[in-house]
Amino acid sequence: MTTRLFGEPVARKEDGRFLTGRGRYTADFEPHAAHAAFVRSDLAHARITGIDTAAAGEVPGVLGVFTWTDLDGEVAERLPLLVPSDALVNPRTQHALARDEVCYAGEVVAMVVARDRYAAEDAAERILVEYEPLPPVVDLETAASPGAPTAHADMRDNLAGRVSEEHGDVDRALAAAPHVFGWRFVMERSAAMPLETRAVVARYDQTEDRLLIHDSTQAPTGVRFGLAMLFGMDTDRVHVVAPDVGGGFGQKVIQFYPEEVLVPWAARRLGVPVKWVEDRRENFIGSNQERGQIHDVRVGVDDEGRILGLEDRFLHDTGAYCSYGLILPIITAAQLPGPYRLENYRYELRSIFTNTVPTSPYRGAGRPHAAFVMERVIEKVAGELGLDSLEVRRRNFIQPDQFPYHVGVTFQDGGPTVYDSGDYERGLDALLAELDVERTRTELADWRRTGRTVGLGVAGYVEGTGIGPYEGASVSIDPDGTVSVATAHGTQGQAHETVFAQIAADELGTPLEGVRVTTGDTRRLGFGVGTYASRTAVVAGNAVLRAAQEVRRQAASVAARILEVAPEDVVFQDGSVHVAGAPDRRIPLGRLAMASNPTRYAFGRDAEEGARLSQLAYAGGDRPLPEGSRPGLAAVEYYSPTSGVFGFGFHGAVVEVDPETGEVRVLRYVVHHDSGRVINPMVVEGQIHGGVAQGIGGALYERIAYGPEGQVQNASFMDFLLVSAAEMPRIEQVHTETPSPNNPLGIKGVGEAGTIPVSAAIANALSDALGVPVDRMPVMPEDVLALVRAAE
Amino acid sequence: MTGAVDITLLVNGKTYTGRAEPRVTLADFLRDELRLTGTHLGCEHGACGACTVLMDGRTVRSCLLFAVQAQGHDLATVEGLAPAGGAEGLHPLQEAFHRMHALQCGFCTPGFLMSAYELLQSNPRPTEEEVRTWLSGNLCRCTGYQNIVEAVLAAAAEPEPEAHQ
Repeated sequence: MTTRLFGEPVARKEDGRFLTGRGRYTADFEPHAAHAAFVRSDLAHARITGIDTAAAGEVPGVLGVFTWTDLDGEVAERLPLLVPSDALVNPRTQHALARDEVCYAGEVVAMVVARDRYAAEDAAERILVEYEPLPPVVDLETAASPGAPTAHADMRDNLAGRVSEEHGDVDRALAAAPHVFGWRFVMERSAAMPLETRAVVARYDQTEDRLLIHDSTQAPTGVRFGLAMLFGMDTDRVHVVAPDVGGGFGQKVIQFYPEEVLVPWAARRLGVPVKWVEDRRENFIGSNQERGQIHDVRVGVDDEGRILGLEDRFLHDTGAYCSYGLILPIITAAQLPGPYRLENYRYELRSIFTNTVPTSPYRGAGRPHAAFVMERVIEKVAGELGLDSLEVRRRNFIQPDQFPYHVGVTFQDGGPTVYDSGDYERGLDALLAELDVERTRTELADWRRTGRTVGLGVAGYVEGTGIGPYEGASVSIDPDGTVSVATAHGTQGQAHETVFAQIAADELGTPLEGVRVTTGDTRRLGFGVGTYASRTAVVAGNAVLRAAQEVRRQAASVAARILEVAPEDVVFQDGSVHVAGAPDRRIPLGRLAMASNPTRYAFGRDAEEGARLSQLAYAGGDRPLPEGSRPGLAAVEYYSPTSGVFGFGFHGAVVEVDPETGEVRVLRYVVHHDSGRVINPMVVEGQIHGGVAQGIGGALYERIAYGPEGQVQNASFMDFLLVSAAEMPRIEQVHTETPSPNNPLGIKGVGEAGTIPVSAAIANALSDALGVPVDRMPVMPEDVLALVRAAE
Repeated sequence: MTGAVDITLLVNGKTYTGRAEPRVTLADFLRDELRLTGTHLGCEHGACGACTVLMDGRTVRSCLLFAVQAQGHDLATVEGLAPAGGAEGLHPLQEAFHRMHALQCGFCTPGFLMSAYELLQSNPRPTEEEVRTWLSGNLCRCTGYQNIVEAVLAAAAEPEPEAHQ
């Protein structure tokens, strides 16, 4: 039998081109295209009183200079609201080019297109924008206060939307609780920082009225549908390709950023290919950010630390606009309970406008905040009651026999939050065994006696992954025997080319090398949703399985006719089919593909044999292609999950603080992780490594620092410190596999898992080390020093 | 093109001639004129290391050099790393990166390979800490660095790599 590839740590198919410089990222296309450059507002809030573009137009090589007044039709309207919601009281999105008011420093005001990037940037510098400054509101809590300046001149306050839900009766539970505590938790702004910035290349073919766009996006299908609507073009005349994408982490899922509309618009307007590659400064001020919440929690517990009731009133900073609706804070609210039973749980979230860069999901997407709040609550409850926090966790766990478990509040997909499966006690035990917790505690005690400032922190989480609505897959067999798989969503390093090949190869009995996977090309598959929310392996992976199953059915049917056996007796192995028990009666898959396509003519080397087989296949039938069959071995299938599937895990961190410098060193970082059945353990471990790195960066180094007037003050990699190899600890991992009952593969998503509990684990470890509560993230060296002083 | 000059560069042992303004960076020239797009731009201010290439055997940030400054020097980019006719056409570093899953989106990978190449030339048997310190000038947002460090250590443990080019 062909070895089953599902579950094997097979090396990645996509590596070869990346290792040899043959990857194809958006910036690699059309080297001599005209280039766009953008003028962005320097002020966080202002009225535009005039724009002088005359000098820009005189720069040699300039092809066009555009402001809002040049835009036409739908493109001149505010950009679409991606995720509408009745709870949005002010669903405000931005114009592609600012019309008369700018609401964050970085908002696009004008566009230049010139023969190359150098000329375009020269010209952009010569555009003079006159502003009448308006008072900016930058701080989240200030923005939420009555009488605060408003982020938009025409609004009465800064409320974008509000949602509240209650499960059980929180007031009654808190009134009856022996202990009630109230705490505040703050998580500041950060950003995804993919190494490849955003980029768009658009070509318009006037003769055919066709638009082809290469876009460093996580969601090419959405960009395609949206642009066709905005430009009033037939959808089939617009195609979007997400080629190799150099990281996304949520930042590239927005449809649309202004530049994604303006670059194709300019290509149509000017009749030449137009390209734009964001620079890093633009990424800091013009691409969406995340985190940024303030939580006020009241929790009631009994003497044993069991949570009787919990209320969380929190503010979410949506930035200047809210194209992503209320998804982020809703995820926070739905995922806040984590692995714990909250029989009385109430939240009230308010999403607030500020004059800062808009926010939308960044790896973790509201869940790091949730885990931070919940795991700090557990730790503080244990501290107040003098209990072991690990024991408090166990006392509050949802038990294995309680699945499917209804959390009692609405999930991000609009349905109820229902955990499909989990075994949290087993997960925590796996972590503690890997950590060797008793030995670690003894070691820490020894170190403390020698004067070292060290601590241990543990944190858990539950992550809803694999949400709908759907993804699709096209699977076909080429005449040369290659299994061709295409999915529509973008891919940014998650090894989709490998894991989808594993699934298809298993189903069709081909070796991994015999499968070729294309992702993110709407020319190959037009319907799909996008890569986000740790959903692609689950949703598209199950679609690949379905399409491969259908192709297998077709192939078995053709082979059965040729070999004169029942379809059930056709065995798929090593790229061929044969009769069960008679391996010499075999047909290679390529030949079978030819046989299934009865053209009059023979093409290529093996064609004569294929044509002969095709005659055999239909000998005795009343027509070359029997009723109900189709030419070729090809299928497009879709998978739409009933609901999300919930992975979980526990992290343990051992940290050491240098009380003189404020430096924090992570001495050990141990991860337990469970995302159901694993397609490729090497890939899963890699996803965890990267997630944890972003978590550690987010906890200790990475903060978007806004000045009081609303400018990002650390908009470079010299000032915003991405975590490097020198700071990262070696990550130790242990896995359990609790399959999902909700999909045939039993899998759950893993993309964001590594990031989610890191801030919580680090905060718990720092609190343990310093003996003072760490309830605000990130903790930079200056914050550590303040905590050290507080501890003294 | 205003003020363009002829620029002749020796890259991966091959002589290329192109035309560009003196202000064009080495990275842009390699990518847009010579079509060697394996060299990537992640920050354009010398911090991320994605654009790292070798000039006379030493790593440089090609976003911080003008193409004209590289005339007369011996340049090497990721496209030249694999020895022709080697096992699967890959350099031991590339092979180790593949085996150890040391890359995800691949964008930072060329810069890491070139930096690691220089490290192993100057220090063929580095410790883990030396590798981590050396690579701290290259940023990766996908891998958490762990498998990159492992891959460099694995490549270092192999027999001496063949001379470049």
